[in-house]
Amino acid sequence: MILAFLLVAAFVAYAWRSAIAPIEPPSPAGFDSALVAKGAALATIANCNTCHTAEGGSSYAGGRALKTAYGTLYGTNITPDPQHGIGRWPPEAFARALREGVSRDGRHLYPAFPYTHYALMPEEDVQALYAFIMTRDPVAADVPENDLRFPFNIRMLVAAWKTLYFHPAAAAADPAQSAEWNRGAYLVQGPAHCGSCHTPRNFLGAEKTRKHLDGGDAEGWHAPAINSASPSPVPWSGDALYRYLRYGHVDRHAVPAGPMAEVVRNLSAAPEADVRAIAAYVASFAPEDTAERRERTKQILARAGNEETAQAAGAAAGPQPGDGNPPPQAGHALYAATCASCHGGGRLTPSAGTALNLALGSALYFPTSKNLTRIILDGITPAEGERGAWMPGFAGALSDEQVVALVRYLRSGIAQAPPWRDVEGDLKQVQREREQKLAAAEAK
Amino acid sequence: MITINVNNRPVQVDAEPGTPLLYVLRDHLQLNGAKFGCGLGQCGACTVLLENQPVFSCLVPVSTVGTRRVRTLESLGTAAEPGPVQRAFVEEQAAQCGYCIAGMAMRAQALLERNPSPSRQEILRHMSPNLCRCGTHMRIVRAVERAARLMVAGTNGGVKS
Repeated sequence: MILAFLLVAAFVAYAWRSAIAPIEPPSPAGFDSALVAKGAALATIANCNTCHTAEGGSSYAGGRALKTAYGTLYGTNITPDPQHGIGRWPPEAFARALREGVSRDGRHLYPAFPYTHYALMPEEDVQALYAFIMTRDPVAADVPENDLRFPFNIRMLVAAWKTLYFHPAAAAADPAQSAEWNRGAYLVQGPAHCGSCHTPRNFLGAEKTRKHLDGGDAEGWHAPAINSASPSPVPWSGDALYRYLRYGHVDRHAVPAGPMAEVVRNLSAAPEADVRAIAAYVASFAPEDTAERRERTKQILARAGNEETAQAAGAAAGPQPGDGNPPPQAGHALYAATCASCHGGGRLTPSAGTALNLALGSALYFPTSKNLTRIILDGITPAEGERGAWMPGFAGALSDEQVVALVRYLRSGIAQAPPWRDVEGDLKQVQREREQKLAAAEAK
Repeated sequence: MITINVNNRPVQVDAEPGTPLLYVLRDHLQLNGAKFGCGLGQCGACTVLLENQPVFSCLVPVSTVGTRRVRTLESLGTAAEPGPVQRAFVEEQAAQCGYCIAGMAMRAQALLERNPSPSRQEILRHMSPNLCRCGTHMRIVRAVERAARLMVAGTNGGVKS
């Protein structure tokens, strides 16, 4: 008993972080405008607005729900409002939050806030970000309390998590690589925190550092591998990746959807050189250009270039293991009647020039059918008032059996990849998440 | 021949399997409530209910309907005896040119069957896929609110057989 008490006391002493005294909110006029501009660029690259802005809410005023395996977290209000936001945070408290994951009042922050990445940011970048945030409009808005399961609701346990998994070390510049590549390495691993979604996590939510960018999860979407394991039907070149990240549209590749659409929207406003650096760094991990790889790309492009070939191949795909009713022909008929009017034969569409030939649709090649299912149900729609590629959703129009048949056909007939294991299960999960999202929206 | 159930009536149509449901409704069944707007699922003028879900009928191949019930504007009432949603749209004078209104009414009907007293936020969110080029959105939203009150007040859920 006494021993247990002593252990708890020792842990509390170990985990304890002191508060940093609040200050009078700094005057926005006191910040150098060049520093603010630098901070603005970093904030777009770091996607601060994604988690710290609710749908339809004021910028940086928080309230966006982030569903995790441990419960729901809400992005905090980081506007300079003195009561509701961080207006009374001195620069050193802001820096400590970003680099050590500790709030001004000493509480440990959950690692959904990617301080594991922000820890790589040098002091001048942190202070630029501080200058940018402190010059935003203060918004007096409360955010909902986090809703985490026991024991994850005990913040002090985050200290133990940090002992296990939080060992930031700024990557040394690689002199063998270009300055652009090194800049990209910093941005990707630091502020842009690409690994937060694209790196798999362990059972305690820590990124598996040895599987950097090997594919992970983002709010119910699969975030594909963007390293040498990239499943992209056509390998990414640095230039194509730059145009994708900058404009959200590039030949021979699918458009961004889900959380990546928000990232691209931010990067469209980031400094061009930084987006090029990110693309150059990520593309340097592209799969090795083997003869086998080239042959695969050649075949995919041939299929994409010849719609009739693609359709014939699909019709001839024959029965697939694990298929019950309806047979694959039903999937092909659904594709022909529902999808091909835009996706087949390079037809013009009003939004994106031509709709992508689905042989080039990356979601068909992912290890899970979740993304494809989501896109079929919800379509692809730009955020309210934003430009972007557009596809209508087919939820309600297609029955569950039809969605399953279509997904199976697209996988085996169009992508000609081995069948997914649990298409029905993925559909059920996606539907559950859609219903939860709708219920949450209606509860507001 | 393809058999589908439209407004609680089984009907047989002689159409290619890929024919959009919208064409079947208008050209084969002379149900001209649903309109052809864009043909791409972008405007919502062709919205009908499939079971209880609002769908763009221009995107639904008739062969995929199967046994699922189709409901069109004509199921909500007649000019002489309008249903609550139709009455509310008339009373709020929600139509300018009127081209989008059949789709708007059907999408509103789906919402009110699911949720008899939606908030304004829910109405805005639910109605957002449907566009009105005249800009009568504020009246349309008021019409949906009025329809909700009419439905609660009356006993008729707005569904006519």
